[in-house]
Amino acid sequence: MLRFINLPQIYFNTCFRTVEPLDYYRRFLKENCRPDGRELGEFRTTTVNIGSISTADGSALVKLGNTTVICGVKAEFAAPPADAPDKGYVVPNVDLPPLCSSRFRSGPPGEEAQVASQFIADVIENSQIIQKEDLCISPGKLAWVLYCDLICLDYDGNILDACTFALLAALKNVQLPEVTINEETALAEVNLKKKNYLNIRTHPVATSFAVFDDTLLIVDPTGEEEHLATGTLTIVMDEEGKLCCLHKPGGSGLTGAKLQDCMSRAVTRHKEVKKLMDEVIKSMKPK
Amino acid sequence: MDGAMHTDAKSRAETGTESGPRGPGCSLRHFACEQNLLSRPDGSASFIQGVAEKSREQLIRNTCEAVVLGALHPRTSITVVLQVISDAGSLLACCLNAACMALVDAGVPMRALFCGVTCALDSDGTLVLDPTAKQEKEARAVLTFALDSVERKLLMSTTKGLYSDAELQQCLAAAQAASQHVFRFYRESLQRRYSKS
Repeated sequence: MLRFINLPQIYFNTCFRTVEPLDYYRRFLKENCRPDGRELGEFRTTTVNIGSISTADGSALVKLGNTTVICGVKAEFAAPPADAPDKGYVVPNVDLPPLCSSRFRSGPPGEEAQVASQFIADVIENSQIIQKEDLCISPGKLAWVLYCDLICLDYDGNILDACTFALLAALKNVQLPEVTINEETALAEVNLKKKNYLNIRTHPVATSFAVFDDTLLIVDPTGEEEHLATGTLTIVMDEEGKLCCLHKPGGSGLTGAKLQDCMSRAVTRHKEVKKLMDEVIKSMKPK
Repeated sequence: MDGAMHTDAKSRAETGTESGPRGPGCSLRHFACEQNLLSRPDGSASFIQGVAEKSREQLIRNTCEAVVLGALHPRTSITVVLQVISDAGSLLACCLNAACMALVDAGVPMRALFCGVTCALDSDGTLVLDPTAKQEKEARAVLTFALDSVERKLLMSTTKGLYSDAELQQCLAAAQAASQHVFRFYRESLQRRYSKS
Protein backbone atom coordinates (compact mmCIF):
# COMPACT_ATOMS: atom_id res chain seq x y z
CA MET A 1 0.00 0.00 0.00
CA LEU A 2 2.83 2.37 0.95
CA ARG A 3 4.50 1.86 -2.41
CA PHE A 4 1.52 3.18 -4.35
CA ILE A 5 1.43 6.33 -2.26
CA ASN A 6 5.14 7.05 -2.91
CA LEU A 7 5.00 6.51 -6.68
CA PRO A 8 3.83 10.03 -7.69
CA GLN A 9 6.47 11.50 -5.34
CA ILE A 10 9.26 9.46 -6.92
CA TYR A 11 8.03 10.48 -10.34
CA PHE A 12 8.07 14.12 -9.31
CA ASN A 13 11.58 13.81 -7.86
CA THR A 14 13.08 12.28 -11.00
CA CYS A 15 11.42 14.91 -13.18
CA PHE A 16 12.68 17.67 -10.92
CA ARG A 17 16.17 16.17 -10.93
CA THR A 18 16.25 16.13 -14.73
CA VAL A 19 14.71 19.54 -15.28
CA GLU A 20 16.37 21.52 -12.49
CA PRO A 21 19.47 19.57 -11.40
CA LEU A 22 21.12 22.52 -9.70
CA ASP A 23 18.08 23.37 -7.59
CA TYR A 24 17.66 19.69 -6.73
CA TYR A 25 21.25 19.60 -5.50
CA ARG A 26 20.95 22.85 -3.59
CA ARG A 27 18.08 21.40 -1.54
CA PHE A 28 20.34 18.58 -0.38
CA LEU A 29 23.36 20.79 0.17
CA LYS A 30 21.32 23.03 2.48
CA GLU A 31 20.88 20.00 4.75
CA ASN A 32 24.64 19.30 4.50
CA CYS A 33 24.24 16.06 2.61
CA ARG A 34 24.10 14.80 -0.97
CA PRO A 35 21.51 12.86 -3.01
CA ASP A 36 23.45 9.60 -2.67
CA GLY A 37 23.31 9.92 1.14
CA ARG A 38 26.92 11.00 1.70
CA GLU A 39 28.05 13.87 3.88
CA LEU A 40 29.92 16.75 2.25
CA GLY A 41 33.28 15.42 3.43
CA GLU A 42 32.67 11.73 2.84
CA PHE A 43 34.31 9.62 0.15
CA ARG A 44 32.54 6.86 -1.76
CA THR A 45 33.36 3.23 -1.00
CA THR A 46 36.90 2.59 -2.20
CA THR A 47 37.90 -0.91 -3.28
CA VAL A 48 41.24 -1.99 -4.67
CA ASN A 49 42.32 -5.22 -6.31
CA ILE A 50 46.03 -5.72 -6.88
CA GLY A 51 47.74 -8.07 -9.29
CA SER A 52 44.73 -9.04 -11.37
CA ILE A 53 46.43 -8.82 -14.78
CA SER A 54 48.89 -11.68 -15.04
CA THR A 55 50.39 -10.53 -18.36
CA ALA A 56 51.47 -7.19 -16.89
CA ASP A 57 54.45 -6.75 -14.60
CA GLY A 58 52.22 -4.97 -12.11
CA SER A 59 48.55 -4.09 -12.08
CA ALA A 60 45.79 -2.70 -9.90
CA LEU A 61 42.08 -2.03 -10.20
CA VAL A 62 40.56 0.77 -8.15
CA LYS A 63 36.88 1.50 -7.69
CA LEU A 64 35.71 4.76 -6.13
CA GLY A 65 31.96 4.18 -5.99
CA ASN A 66 31.16 3.61 -9.66
CA THR A 67 34.34 5.17 -11.05
CA THR A 68 36.61 2.30 -12.10
CA VAL A 69 40.22 2.67 -13.23
CA ILE A 70 42.62 -0.13 -14.02
CA CYS A 71 46.37 0.39 -14.20
CA GLY A 72 48.80 -1.97 -15.89
CA VAL A 73 52.56 -1.52 -15.72
CA LYS A 74 54.86 -3.10 -18.32
CA ALA A 75 58.62 -2.92 -18.05
CA GLU A 76 60.79 -2.86 -21.13
CA PHE A 77 64.40 -2.11 -21.97
CA ALA A 78 65.54 1.19 -23.38
CA ALA A 79 68.67 3.24 -23.79
CA PRO A 80 68.85 5.90 -21.08
CA PRO A 81 68.55 9.57 -22.14
CA ALA A 82 71.78 11.20 -23.27
CA ASP A 83 71.58 13.97 -20.67
CA ALA A 84 70.92 11.55 -17.77
CA PRO A 85 72.69 8.25 -18.47
CA ASP A 86 71.92 6.80 -15.04
CA LYS A 87 68.15 7.28 -15.15
CA GLY A 88 65.31 5.16 -16.48
CA TYR A 89 61.88 6.30 -17.61
CA VAL A 90 58.38 6.14 -16.18
CA VAL A 91 55.83 6.83 -18.91
CA PRO A 92 52.20 7.19 -17.77
CA ASN A 93 49.23 7.32 -20.10
CA VAL A 94 45.60 7.82 -19.15
CA ASP A 95 43.02 6.50 -21.58
CA LEU A 96 39.36 7.54 -21.38
CA PRO A 97 37.72 5.25 -23.94
CA PRO A 98 34.12 5.61 -25.18
CA LEU A 99 33.18 2.58 -23.09
CA CYS A 100 33.52 4.49 -19.83
CA SER A 101 31.16 7.33 -20.67
CA SER A 102 29.07 8.63 -23.54
CA ARG A 103 30.89 11.95 -23.48
CA PHE A 104 34.02 10.42 -25.06
CA ARG A 105 34.34 9.51 -28.73
CA SER A 106 36.79 7.06 -30.25
CA GLY A 107 39.84 8.53 -31.96
CA PRO A 108 42.86 10.51 -30.70
CA PRO A 109 42.86 11.24 -26.96
CA GLY A 110 40.60 14.15 -26.03
CA GLU A 111 41.57 17.06 -23.86
CA GLU A 112 40.48 15.46 -20.59
CA ALA A 113 42.62 12.37 -21.20
CA GLN A 114 45.64 14.50 -22.11
CA VAL A 115 45.24 16.67 -19.03
CA ALA A 116 44.90 13.57 -16.84
CA SER A 117 48.05 12.06 -18.41
CA GLN A 118 49.97 15.27 -17.75
CA PHE A 119 48.64 15.33 -14.19
CA ILE A 120 49.83 11.77 -13.49
CA ALA A 121 53.22 12.54 -15.08
CA ASP A 122 53.53 15.61 -12.81
CA VAL A 123 52.61 13.58 -9.71
CA ILE A 124 55.26 10.97 -10.54
CA GLU A 125 57.85 13.67 -11.17
CA ASN A 126 57.04 15.86 -8.17
CA SER A 127 56.55 13.19 -5.54
CA GLN A 128 59.65 11.21 -6.57
CA ILE A 129 57.62 8.03 -6.01
CA ILE A 130 60.39 6.09 -7.75
CA GLN A 131 63.97 7.23 -7.92
CA LYS A 132 64.73 7.05 -11.65
CA GLU A 133 68.26 5.96 -10.79
CA ASP A 134 66.78 2.71 -9.43
CA LEU A 135 65.65 1.88 -12.94
CA CYS A 136 69.11 2.01 -14.40
CA ILE A 137 70.73 -1.34 -15.25
CA SER A 138 73.94 -0.24 -16.93
CA PRO A 139 74.70 3.51 -17.01
CA GLY A 140 74.66 4.88 -20.51
CA LYS A 141 73.65 1.58 -22.07
CA LEU A 142 70.54 -0.01 -20.60
CA ALA A 143 67.72 1.08 -18.36
CA TRP A 144 64.17 0.06 -17.55
CA VAL A 145 61.25 1.99 -18.91
CA LEU A 146 57.97 1.47 -17.07
CA TYR A 147 54.91 2.04 -19.23
CA CYS A 148 52.00 2.76 -16.90
CA ASP A 149 48.70 2.52 -18.74
CA LEU A 150 45.65 3.72 -16.86
CA ILE A 151 42.35 2.85 -18.47
CA CYS A 152 39.05 4.09 -17.16
CA LEU A 153 36.35 1.45 -17.29
CA ASP A 154 33.54 3.53 -15.80
CA TYR A 155 33.55 7.31 -15.54
CA ASP A 156 31.51 8.66 -12.65
CA GLY A 157 33.57 11.64 -11.57
CA ASN A 158 36.81 12.03 -9.62
CA ILE A 159 38.99 10.34 -12.20
CA LEU A 160 42.22 11.90 -10.90
CA ASP A 161 41.95 10.37 -7.42
CA ALA A 162 41.21 6.94 -8.84
CA CYS A 163 44.10 7.16 -11.32
CA THR A 164 46.61 8.23 -8.67
CA PHE A 165 45.56 5.43 -6.35
CA ALA A 166 45.62 2.84 -9.15
CA LEU A 167 49.08 3.95 -10.22
CA LEU A 168 50.45 3.75 -6.68
CA ALA A 169 48.94 0.30 -6.08
CA ALA A 170 50.19 -1.03 -9.44
CA LEU A 171 53.72 0.27 -8.86
CA LYS A 172 53.78 -1.42 -5.47
CA ASN A 173 52.87 -4.63 -7.26
CA VAL A 174 55.56 -4.41 -9.94
CA GLN A 175 58.27 -7.02 -9.80
CA LEU A 176 61.32 -6.52 -12.00
CA PRO A 177 63.54 -9.49 -12.88
CA GLU A 178 67.25 -9.29 -12.26
CA VAL A 179 69.29 -8.31 -15.28
CA THR A 180 73.00 -8.94 -15.72
CA ILE A 181 75.11 -7.77 -18.62
CA ASN A 182 77.16 -10.63 -20.03
CA GLU A 183 80.78 -9.38 -20.27
CA GLU A 184 81.64 -11.39 -23.40
CA THR A 185 78.59 -10.93 -25.58
CA ALA A 186 77.58 -7.53 -24.09
CA LEU A 187 73.99 -8.74 -24.13
CA ALA A 188 71.56 -8.47 -21.28
CA GLU A 189 70.58 -11.69 -19.54
CA VAL A 190 67.28 -11.70 -17.76
CA ASN A 191 66.78 -14.00 -14.79
CA LEU A 192 63.02 -14.48 -14.62
CA LYS A 193 63.24 -16.61 -11.51
CA LYS A 194 64.69 -13.83 -9.38
CA LYS A 195 62.36 -10.85 -9.12
CA ASN A 196 62.50 -7.78 -6.93
CA TYR A 197 59.84 -5.32 -5.93
CA LEU A 198 60.32 -1.66 -6.79
CA ASN A 199 61.55 0.72 -4.14
CA ILE A 200 58.51 2.98 -3.60
CA ARG A 201 59.77 5.96 -1.65
CA THR A 202 56.63 8.00 -1.09
CA HIS A 203 52.91 7.34 -1.25
CA PRO A 204 51.14 10.25 -2.94
CA VAL A 205 47.38 10.25 -2.45
CA ALA A 206 45.05 12.59 -4.33
CA THR A 207 41.95 14.22 -2.84
CA SER A 208 39.57 16.03 -5.17
CA PHE A 209 36.99 18.65 -4.29
CA ALA A 210 34.25 20.35 -6.26
CA VAL A 211 33.25 23.96 -5.62
CA PHE A 212 29.52 24.71 -5.65
CA ASP A 213 28.08 28.19 -5.99
CA ASP A 214 31.48 29.73 -5.23
CA THR A 215 31.28 28.82 -1.55
CA LEU A 216 30.60 25.18 -0.76
CA LEU A 217 33.32 22.53 -1.07
CA ILE A 218 32.35 18.90 -1.47
CA VAL A 219 34.74 15.98 -1.51
CA ASP A 220 34.88 13.21 -4.16
CA PRO A 221 32.34 14.56 -6.67
CA THR A 222 30.34 12.13 -8.81
CA GLY A 223 29.98 12.71 -12.55
CA GLU A 224 26.77 14.67 -12.10
CA GLU A 225 28.25 16.83 -9.32
CA GLU A 226 31.31 17.63 -11.44
CA HIS A 227 29.03 18.77 -14.21
CA LEU A 228 27.11 21.12 -11.90
CA ALA A 229 30.16 22.39 -10.01
CA THR A 230 31.64 25.82 -10.66
CA GLY A 231 35.21 24.66 -10.07
CA THR A 232 37.35 21.72 -9.02
CA LEU A 233 40.46 21.34 -6.88
CA THR A 234 42.80 18.37 -6.50
CA ILE A 235 45.42 18.11 -3.76
CA VAL A 236 48.09 15.41 -3.85
CA MET A 237 49.76 14.80 -0.53
CA ASP A 238 52.40 12.36 0.64
CA GLU A 239 52.74 10.77 4.05
CA GLU A 240 54.81 13.58 5.58
CA GLY A 241 52.11 16.11 4.79
CA LYS A 242 54.11 17.57 1.89
CA LEU A 243 52.18 18.61 -1.17
CA CYS A 244 53.14 17.18 -4.53
CA CYS A 245 50.51 18.95 -6.53
CA LEU A 246 47.83 21.58 -6.06
CA HIS A 247 45.81 21.37 -9.25
CA LYS A 248 43.09 23.95 -9.58
CA PRO A 249 42.23 24.48 -13.24
CA GLY A 250 40.28 27.74 -13.08
CA GLY A 251 36.75 27.90 -11.74
CA SER A 252 35.47 29.96 -8.81
CA GLY A 253 37.93 31.61 -6.47
CA LEU A 254 39.00 30.17 -3.12
CA THR A 255 40.34 31.97 -0.08
CA GLY A 256 43.41 30.80 1.86
CA ALA A 257 41.21 29.65 4.76
CA LYS A 258 39.14 27.35 2.54
CA LEU A 259 42.37 25.89 1.16
CA GLN A 260 43.45 25.14 4.71
CA ASP A 261 40.23 23.12 5.31
CA CYS A 262 40.94 21.15 2.16
CA MET A 263 44.45 20.39 3.37
CA SER A 264 43.18 18.86 6.62
CA ARG A 265 40.69 16.71 4.70
CA ALA A 266 43.51 15.60 2.40
CA VAL A 267 45.58 14.51 5.41
CA THR A 268 42.72 12.34 6.74
CA ARG A 269 42.15 10.85 3.30
CA HIS A 270 45.82 9.95 3.03
CA LYS A 271 45.59 7.94 6.24
CA GLU A 272 42.47 6.09 5.01
CA VAL A 273 44.05 5.18 1.68
CA LYS A 274 47.35 4.13 3.20
CA LYS A 275 45.55 1.85 5.65
CA LEU A 276 43.51 0.26 2.85
CA MET A 277 46.54 -0.33 0.68
CA ASP A 278 48.61 -1.80 3.51
CA GLU A 279 45.78 -4.23 4.28
CA VAL A 280 45.56 -5.37 0.65
CA ILE A 281 49.31 -5.80 0.29
CA LYS A 282 49.52 -7.72 3.54
CA SER A 283 46.76 -10.05 2.40
CA MET A 284 48.67 -10.76 -0.81
CA LYS A 285 52.08 -11.53 0.63
CA PRO A 286 51.63 -15.27 1.54
CA LYS A 287 50.92 -16.01 -2.13
CA MET B 1 39.86 38.62 -32.63
CA ASP B 2 39.59 42.32 -31.99
CA GLY B 3 42.09 42.81 -29.22
CA ALA B 4 45.64 41.55 -29.08
CA MET B 5 48.45 42.15 -26.67
CA HIS B 6 52.14 41.71 -26.39
CA THR B 7 53.43 41.28 -22.87
CA ASP B 8 57.13 41.33 -22.45
CA ALA B 9 58.76 40.56 -19.15
CA LYS B 10 62.35 41.59 -19.69
CA SER B 11 65.10 39.70 -17.90
CA ARG B 12 66.74 41.63 -15.13
CA ALA B 13 70.53 41.93 -14.88
CA GLU B 14 71.90 39.98 -11.92
CA THR B 15 73.57 42.99 -10.29
CA GLY B 16 70.83 45.49 -11.11
CA THR B 17 69.09 47.44 -8.39
CA GLU B 18 65.35 47.48 -7.87
CA SER B 19 63.95 50.81 -8.83
CA GLY B 20 61.24 52.30 -10.94
CA PRO B 21 57.66 53.38 -10.58
CA ARG B 22 56.72 50.16 -8.81
CA GLY B 23 58.61 51.22 -5.72
CA PRO B 24 61.23 49.46 -3.58
CA GLY B 25 60.59 46.04 -2.12
CA CYS B 26 58.79 44.74 -5.19
CA SER B 27 60.75 41.85 -6.61
CA LEU B 28 58.81 41.49 -9.85
CA ARG B 29 60.68 42.14 -13.04
CA HIS B 30 59.98 45.11 -15.27
CA PHE B 31 56.70 45.00 -17.19
CA ALA B 32 56.00 46.29 -20.66
CA CYS B 33 52.80 46.10 -22.57
CA GLU B 34 51.63 47.01 -26.00
CA GLN B 35 47.99 46.68 -26.99
CA ASN B 36 46.21 46.46 -30.28
CA LEU B 37 49.27 44.95 -31.90
CA LEU B 38 47.44 42.89 -34.48
CA SER B 39 44.63 44.42 -36.48
CA ARG B 40 44.11 41.22 -38.37
CA PRO B 41 46.10 38.04 -38.17
CA ASP B 42 47.91 37.81 -41.46
CA GLY B 43 48.91 34.20 -41.46
CA SER B 44 48.06 30.94 -39.84
CA ALA B 45 49.97 27.91 -38.73
CA SER B 46 49.05 24.60 -37.23
CA PHE B 47 51.29 22.25 -35.40
CA ILE B 48 51.08 19.14 -33.28
CA GLN B 49 50.94 20.08 -29.64
CA GLY B 50 52.08 17.99 -26.75
CA VAL B 51 50.18 17.03 -23.63
CA ALA B 52 51.89 19.73 -21.58
CA GLU B 53 50.59 22.48 -23.89
CA LYS B 54 47.09 21.01 -23.77
CA SER B 55 47.21 21.02 -20.01
CA ARG B 56 48.34 24.66 -19.96
CA GLU B 57 45.60 25.58 -22.41
CA GLN B 58 43.00 24.02 -20.16
CA LEU B 59 44.28 26.02 -17.18
CA ILE B 60 44.16 29.33 -19.05
CA ARG B 61 40.80 28.56 -20.61
CA ASN B 62 39.14 27.63 -17.34
CA THR B 63 40.53 30.76 -15.68
CA CYS B 64 39.11 32.94 -18.47
CA GLU B 65 35.78 31.10 -18.32
CA ALA B 66 35.50 31.82 -14.61
CA VAL B 67 35.69 35.59 -15.11
CA VAL B 68 34.15 36.18 -18.54
CA LEU B 69 30.39 36.91 -18.42
CA GLY B 70 29.52 34.43 -21.12
CA ALA B 71 25.81 34.60 -20.40
CA LEU B 72 25.67 38.08 -21.95
CA HIS B 73 26.81 36.77 -25.33
CA PRO B 74 25.12 33.49 -26.17
CA ARG B 75 26.14 31.65 -29.33
CA THR B 76 29.47 33.47 -29.29
CA SER B 77 32.91 31.95 -29.47
CA ILE B 78 35.81 33.83 -27.93
CA THR B 79 39.19 32.65 -29.18
CA VAL B 80 42.29 33.61 -27.23
CA VAL B 81 45.49 32.96 -29.13
CA LEU B 82 48.73 33.12 -27.17
CA GLN B 83 52.01 33.13 -29.07
CA VAL B 84 55.17 32.75 -27.03
CA ILE B 85 57.72 35.23 -28.39
CA SER B 86 60.39 34.61 -25.81
CA ASP B 87 60.44 32.57 -22.64
CA ALA B 88 62.63 33.86 -19.80
CA GLY B 89 60.81 32.12 -16.94
CA SER B 90 57.33 32.48 -15.40
CA LEU B 91 55.76 31.69 -18.75
CA LEU B 92 52.33 30.63 -17.55
CA ALA B 93 51.92 33.75 -15.41
CA CYS B 94 52.88 35.91 -18.38
CA CYS B 95 50.35 34.06 -20.56
CA LEU B 96 47.61 34.70 -18.01
CA ASN B 97 48.43 38.40 -17.85
CA ALA B 98 48.44 38.66 -21.63
CA ALA B 99 45.13 36.81 -21.90
CA CYS B 100 43.48 39.11 -19.36
CA MET B 101 44.70 42.29 -21.05
CA ALA B 102 43.69 40.99 -24.47
CA LEU B 103 40.17 40.29 -23.18
CA VAL B 104 40.01 43.84 -21.81
CA ASP B 105 41.28 45.23 -25.12
CA ALA B 106 38.60 43.25 -26.95
CA GLY B 107 35.91 44.68 -24.72
CA VAL B 108 34.66 41.34 -23.47
CA PRO B 109 32.54 41.87 -20.34
CA MET B 110 34.19 40.33 -17.30
CA ARG B 111 33.25 40.09 -13.64
CA ALA B 112 36.84 40.68 -12.50
CA LEU B 113 40.35 40.94 -13.88
CA PHE B 114 42.87 38.24 -13.14
CA CYS B 115 46.63 38.12 -13.02
CA GLY B 116 49.23 35.39 -12.90
CA VAL B 117 52.07 35.29 -10.37
CA THR B 118 54.81 32.66 -10.10
CA CYS B 119 56.70 31.82 -6.89
CA ALA B 120 59.75 29.63 -6.64
CA LEU B 121 61.01 27.99 -3.47
CA ASP B 122 64.68 27.12 -3.50
CA SER B 123 66.39 24.40 -1.50
CA ASP B 124 66.71 26.44 1.72
CA GLY B 125 63.10 27.63 1.63
CA THR B 126 63.66 31.17 0.34
CA LEU B 127 60.76 32.53 -1.63
CA VAL B 128 61.50 34.14 -5.00
CA LEU B 129 58.72 35.90 -6.87
CA ASP B 130 58.68 35.94 -10.68
CA PRO B 131 61.67 33.62 -11.11
CA THR B 132 63.86 33.60 -14.21
CA ALA B 133 64.24 30.40 -16.22
CA LYS B 134 67.48 29.61 -14.40
CA GLN B 135 65.90 30.15 -10.97
CA GLU B 136 62.94 27.97 -11.96
CA LYS B 137 65.20 25.10 -12.96
CA GLU B 138 67.21 25.22 -9.76
CA ALA B 139 64.19 25.68 -7.49
CA ARG B 140 62.81 22.94 -5.29
CA ALA B 141 59.24 23.97 -6.06
CA VAL B 142 57.60 26.36 -8.52
CA LEU B 143 54.03 27.51 -7.83
CA THR B 144 51.94 29.51 -10.29
CA PHE B 145 48.73 31.19 -9.14
CA ALA B 146 46.00 33.14 -10.90
CA LEU B 147 44.31 35.65 -8.59
CA ASP B 148 41.23 37.74 -9.22
CA SER B 149 41.17 41.48 -8.79
CA VAL B 150 38.11 41.82 -6.54
CA GLU B 151 39.03 39.81 -3.46
CA ARG B 152 42.41 38.32 -4.43
CA LYS B 153 40.85 34.87 -4.37
CA LEU B 154 42.72 31.94 -5.87
CA LEU B 155 41.30 31.21 -9.32
CA MET B 156 43.88 28.82 -10.68
CA SER B 157 46.90 27.08 -9.29
CA THR B 158 49.44 24.71 -10.71
CA THR B 159 52.56 23.57 -8.94
CA LYS B 160 55.74 21.67 -9.55
CA GLY B 161 57.90 20.04 -6.88
CA LEU B 162 57.41 19.24 -3.20
CA TYR B 163 56.50 21.82 -0.57
CA SER B 164 54.73 21.96 2.75
CA ASP B 165 51.34 23.37 3.66
CA ALA B 166 52.89 26.33 5.51
CA GLU B 167 55.05 27.19 2.50
CA LEU B 168 51.97 27.11 0.31
CA GLN B 169 50.19 29.66 2.50
CA GLN B 170 53.33 31.81 2.54
CA CYS B 171 53.59 31.74 -1.27
CA LEU B 172 49.90 32.49 -1.64
CA ALA B 173 50.18 35.51 0.66
CA ALA B 174 53.23 36.78 -1.24
CA ALA B 175 51.43 36.27 -4.55
CA GLN B 176 48.40 38.18 -3.29
CA ALA B 177 50.64 41.07 -2.26
CA ALA B 178 52.43 41.05 -5.61
CA SER B 179 49.18 40.93 -7.55
CA GLN B 180 48.35 44.47 -6.53
CA HIS B 181 51.44 45.66 -8.42
CA VAL B 182 50.24 43.78 -11.49
CA PHE B 183 46.74 45.23 -11.26
CA ARG B 184 48.19 48.72 -10.82
CA PHE B 185 50.23 48.12 -13.97
CA TYR B 186 47.06 47.07 -15.82
CA ARG B 187 45.35 50.27 -14.74
CA GLU B 188 48.30 52.50 -15.72
CA SER B 189 48.74 50.91 -19.15
CA LEU B 190 45.04 51.16 -19.89
CA GLN B 191 45.03 54.80 -18.82
CA ARG B 192 47.97 55.46 -21.11
CA ARG B 193 46.25 53.75 -24.02
CA TYR B 194 42.96 55.53 -23.70
CA SER B 195 44.49 58.93 -22.97
CA LYS B 196 46.32 58.86 -26.32
CA SER B 197 43.24 58.12 -28.44
